[in-house]
Amino acid sequence: MLIYISRRFIALFLTLVVASGVIFTVLEILPGDPAEVILGTQARPDTLAALRAKLGLNEPAPVRYAEWVGGMVHGDLGTSYTYSVPVSDLVKQRIWVSIPLAILALILSTLIAIPVGVVAATNRNKPLDFGIMGLSQFGIALPNFWFGLLLVYIFAIGLRWLPSGGFPGWSAGVWPAFRALILPAVALALPQAAILARVTRSALLDVLGEDYIRTARAKGLTQRATVWRHGVRNALIPVLTILGLQFSFLIAGTVIIENVFYLPGLGRLVFQAIAQRDLMVVKSVVLLIVAAVVIVTFLVDIAYAFADPRLKVRR
Amino acid sequence: MTDPSFASTAISTEGVEAGLMRRLARSPSFMIGAVITAIVILAAFVSYFWTPYDPTAMAISSRLKGPSASHIFGTDQFGRDIFSMIMVGARNSIAVSVFSVGIGVIIGVPLGLVAAAKAGLLDEIVMRMNDLVFAFPALLTAVMLAAIIGPGTLGAVIAIGVFNIPVFARLARGSALSVLAREFILASRASGKGTALILIEHVLPNIMNTLIVQATIQFSLGILLEAGLSYVGLGTPPPFPSWGRMLSESQTLMATAPHLALFPGLAIVFAVLGLNLLGDGLRDALDPRLAGRSAQA
Repeated sequence: MLIYISRRFIALFLTLVVASGVIFTVLEILPGDPAEVILGTQARPDTLAALRAKLGLNEPAPVRYAEWVGGMVHGDLGTSYTYSVPVSDLVKQRIWVSIPLAILALILSTLIAIPVGVVAATNRNKPLDFGIMGLSQFGIALPNFWFGLLLVYIFAIGLRWLPSGGFPGWSAGVWPAFRALILPAVALALPQAAILARVTRSALLDVLGEDYIRTARAKGLTQRATVWRHGVRNALIPVLTILGLQFSFLIAGTVIIENVFYLPGLGRLVFQAIAQRDLMVVKSVVLLIVAAVVIVTFLVDIAYAFADPRLKVRR
Repeated sequence: MTDPSFASTAISTEGVEAGLMRRLARSPSFMIGAVITAIVILAAFVSYFWTPYDPTAMAISSRLKGPSASHIFGTDQFGRDIFSMIMVGARNSIAVSVFSVGIGVIIGVPLGLVAAAKAGLLDEIVMRMNDLVFAFPALLTAVMLAAIIGPGTLGAVIAIGVFNIPVFARLARGSALSVLAREFILASRASGKGTALILIEHVLPNIMNTLIVQATIQFSLGILLEAGLSYVGLGTPPPFPSWGRMLSESQTLMATAPHLALFPGLAIVFAVLGLNLLGDGLRDALDPRLAGRSAQA
């Protein structure tokens, strides 16, 4: 087990090293001089040269890469070219929008998907199952940003129950901030829940065909208790894998959904940075997001190994 | 000639094909999916010759009109006919997903096949590279490309294509491994065929069905991703109509003209739903072992 974890950890580490190298190289090819971006094309050559020296742009690329990555490890994400403030300050403000949103969406989609998938599986090939599976096909085809627009139209413009966008900040109180995240979280969660419900259904159907389910029924457990205590618990392993994979889609989805609801999160930050050619922000935030995805995948792998004793031996 | 896998392939090809057609015709999800997909492709094709109105022609006098007999999906803030724009937009969605699936297949499948055939270090390198690409959501790749080459269709195609490479590489590797373990591979190896020839002549035809099913799923995902990228301004630039950008333009006018947001979104759902149903039906008919597994992103 320890060997498995340390092997996964080395793989995680290598992935991060290569990913940071790719990001650095890709953004290095970019035409244009950051010093010119900051000072404008009218700047005098000597001020440009001075700024270049101050930003460390005259150093060779490997040195700058080492400085960037070394800084990231210590929580220094560099200095924004446009705002002239540390990128970590910009990230700190916005991360408290993006992460709660992603977690809320993850919880919502799990809370919807697992019961729905269980109901579909236990009513296999009955009208209820066909209805749920048909609806889930629609859910998978639903672009989350369009669903978000529809939610705004119904619940914000029409019914006026919830805000249509913007974020008051957590300092305005937990409830107003939470209210602002409800519609975005639902928009993110429902299409994901459709996929997850299908996975839950087929995983549970696989498990319900096993011998130990019949044993549980034979020893006098009710159908409901059998399904929940023995069936769902064993079906959770594939569900957990998909959940981990979905996290990467959820992060990407968060970036888009923030644009629908005008939420000041990491996604908005990246898009503004692209428009302003603020490469330091793009570079560091993209690496942060990639790191989040890789670390979650790693954690899921580990959880998977704990949940499935057979994996302890393999690999 | 006692090996049944040898005997059956030559004799029963026709029977298999007829059985396949019968299975497809009996699958409601394949039939519905095929009809929807045909409608979308037809709309894109017809738009080259005819649309109800010129999709770029502005008519300020008839702006923001709701659906009516003359404009069945209504008009936008410039008086352009939304139905015509959706027809032309279908071209864009189809082109981007076709090219991005093409990138995934052309690069991913050979990588997967080689990884399967040459186990060991090369296999390990290919699979770790796949993990790396999996760590980059397509959106992030598009974001970085947009920072370099500027937002546009090319960036969207590359970003979605790169995302498709590991999908096909993994699938090709996994299915190739199971084919390579079969006896007729050993037979052709014994008859002196090289690895490359075996991969092309025996492995590829045997994994084709699985690849086709996955390609259908990736087409639908490509349409969704393209719409998302266009929505955030990283896709097809104006004035060429694209479903995602029509939605982003509709956003500020939601309160007064909800039809602007309704129809392009329905078009996306329609196209994606059609391809997913088609893929499900194909999978059940072509690859009964996978039946019941759900479409995965």
